[in-house]
Amino acid sequence: MTKFGEKQPAVSLEKLEWMYEQMVKIRYYEDQMAEAYMEGKTPVFNIGAGTVPGEMHLATGQEPAAVGICVHLTKEDTVTAPHRPHHHAIAKGVDLKKMTAEIFGKETGLGKGKGGHMHLFDPEVKFSCGGIVGAGIPHAVGAAMTSKMKGKDSVAVAFIGEGAANAGAFHESLNLAAVWNLPLIVVVEDNSYGISVPKKASTSVESNDLRASAYGIAGAYVKDNDPIAMYKASEEAVARARNGQGPTIIEIETYRYLGHFQGDPELYRDETEVPGLRQLDPITKLRKMLSESESVSEADLETMEKRAKQEVDEAYQFARDSSYPDPESALKDVFSS
Amino acid sequence: METAKKRMLTGNKAMAEAISQEMEKDPNVFVLGEDIGKYGGIFGSTQGLIEKFGPERVLDTPISETAFIGAAIGAAAEGMRPVAELMFVDFFGVCMDQIYNHMAKIPYMSGGNVKLPMVLMTSVGGGYRDAAQHSQTLYATFAHMPGMKVVAPSNPYDLKGMMVSAIRDDNPVVFMFHKSLQGLGWMKQLDVAVDHVPEESYTVPLDKAKVVREGKDVTIVGIQMMTHYAVEAAERLAKEGIEAEVIDLRSLAPIDKDTIIESVKKTHRLLVVDEDYLSYGMTAEVSAIVAEEAFFEMEAPISRLAIPDVPIPYSGVLEDFVIPGPNNIYEQVKKMMDEA
Ligand SMILES: Cc1ncc(C[n+]2csc(CCOP(=O)(O)OP(=O)(O)O)c2C)c(N)n1
Ligand SMILES: [Mg+2]
Repeated sequence: MTKFGEKQPAVSLEKLEWMYEQMVKIRYYEDQMAEAYMEGKTPVFNIGAGTVPGEMHLATGQEPAAVGICVHLTKEDTVTAPHRPHHHAIAKGVDLKKMTAEIFGKETGLGKGKGGHMHLFDPEVKFSCGGIVGAGIPHAVGAAMTSKMKGKDSVAVAFIGEGAANAGAFHESLNLAAVWNLPLIVVVEDNSYGISVPKKASTSVESNDLRASAYGIAGAYVKDNDPIAMYKASEEAVARARNGQGPTIIEIETYRYLGHFQGDPELYRDETEVPGLRQLDPITKLRKMLSESESVSEADLETMEKRAKQEVDEAYQFARDSSYPDPESALKDVFSS
Repeated sequence: METAKKRMLTGNKAMAEAISQEMEKDPNVFVLGEDIGKYGGIFGSTQGLIEKFGPERVLDTPISETAFIGAAIGAAAEGMRPVAELMFVDFFGVCMDQIYNHMAKIPYMSGGNVKLPMVLMTSVGGGYRDAAQHSQTLYATFAHMPGMKVVAPSNPYDLKGMMVSAIRDDNPVVFMFHKSLQGLGWMKQLDVAVDHVPEESYTVPLDKAKVVREGKDVTIVGIQMMTHYAVEAAERLAKEGIEAEVIDLRSLAPIDKDTIIESVKKTHRLLVVDEDYLSYGMTAEVSAIVAEEAFFEMEAPISRLAIPDVPIPYSGVLEDFVIPGPNNIYEQVKKMMDEA
């Protein structure tokens, strides 16, 4: 089998295929979302108008971070995600129909239309996300704490952007998780920017896994947006957590193909940057690798791709067909009854 | 023609111009916050500043609000005049200790011996489907706590004049600008977000409300978007012979009691409209002032419209249900007039 990262991967074909299919699903999901987002926003762009209004942060290009670790997780493990949450949600197995309906503001959505794209909650698979940078890390600490208190072997994963590593919540949470030896993994997705501010302007640390030594915990670095290297680093981190050996910080070098949010003029980066990144596309690479293996045929790949897209198409159709909530339902759910 | 020469600016450009002019005048003024450099501020409040003053005086910060707002306090204590931007007011949660335990209290606790001449500017408001963590105004949360001046201008002229006053003020000023009133190309286009703004520097006081429409039948007190909605409702009511007086509160702390009292003494009816949560909010404060100081002037119960004590929901139908609009104001006034 062709090498993807530095080391020859000892990853089963089944897992590789799962990761490939999920990555295709995520990519297609985000592409569809980018289109849906523009419905009702042309010729004049108005963030508050259209089928999907509000801010929209897409994860196109960042698929490896999500699939490389979620492949090791079950429904019993907890994931918290930030404002750019679709890839994590999909890889964690969030109900795609309800998630899409939520983003469309429909009553059938995960939060009955109250949450929206940055606030998706699917307790069935222990997934949540939020719009305040860094805020999900302590929630993952709490999930890890619960696992330990209940004597379970489940783990908690907090996904964050590299910009969030400079928020106070990062330091406090990791210190706490370390001193209490909790089954926590913080995955830092380094897509080079926090909105317009380049990583180099916001931290003097080369990569955030280096900060692990400040807490006396393990750190790992994954370069080149490589899903297989992410798989390996995550495999070790998850095993460590499940075995009661404490937290890990994994930083992955990943690529943000799109603006910070849809509609971002992106004047802070060179026009050649994204086309260059797209040349290194992880989905294209993984497909090539799979197709070069003897056990995967072109037809197999096409079946996976078709299945992934069909699931996404069905989710969007469900969202479109669903109704908007009754306006007065805005007054419900402040307290549980 | 006189009007043809008028120089029109959007809200964001008016703010940026105020900061720029103060930076030219006073080398101690500097700006810091997230994405305020090349990006020019997510809501355009610092547009053009880095090009003019460079990264030494226009500092893009990491996502570390406690650190950079705290640093602004420390620099202000040293005699600098920082303008710090908290990108969305909703993010106050991660840095409120610096704001209310330190920025607001150090001048008092020092017996007036320490001055904190700083501005904390922050974007507020909803209506564009940004959901519960990016749509609040939190006017009252800040105005409740002593030690900070809290202002919320509603048009480009005031945005410039009040920003100049805020920077020159020796006290900490929380300067709330409404996202929808910045006149940004990527939001809903509102006529009121573009206005005549003189080029030369001028000030607008930080403690004066403004009567933006005169009327004799009912007083409507609003703030930012609610002021504009009140004017819209008032124009509709005028067609039916009801003359509403509309007051733009502009300053939450200190609050201009006189302008409100004077108005209700004339109209004998009061509706207060807010884009903040209903309970314990600005509407309650204004109502209490009138109840205390002009109770016997009133011919009808005081009435309030605000967000009905729920977080701001995402879906458009839900958000529109909870944020008061021109129609709600119109109907509420009709009801008040019928009751009397
Ligand atoms: C506490 C807080 N501060 C600021 C913001 C505004 N904000 C939203 S996303 C973002 C950049 C995040 O960068 P990073 O963590 O690298 O994630 P990315 O967007 O690159 O995925 C900022 C500053 C916020 N949501 N919360
Ligand atoms: Mg980033």
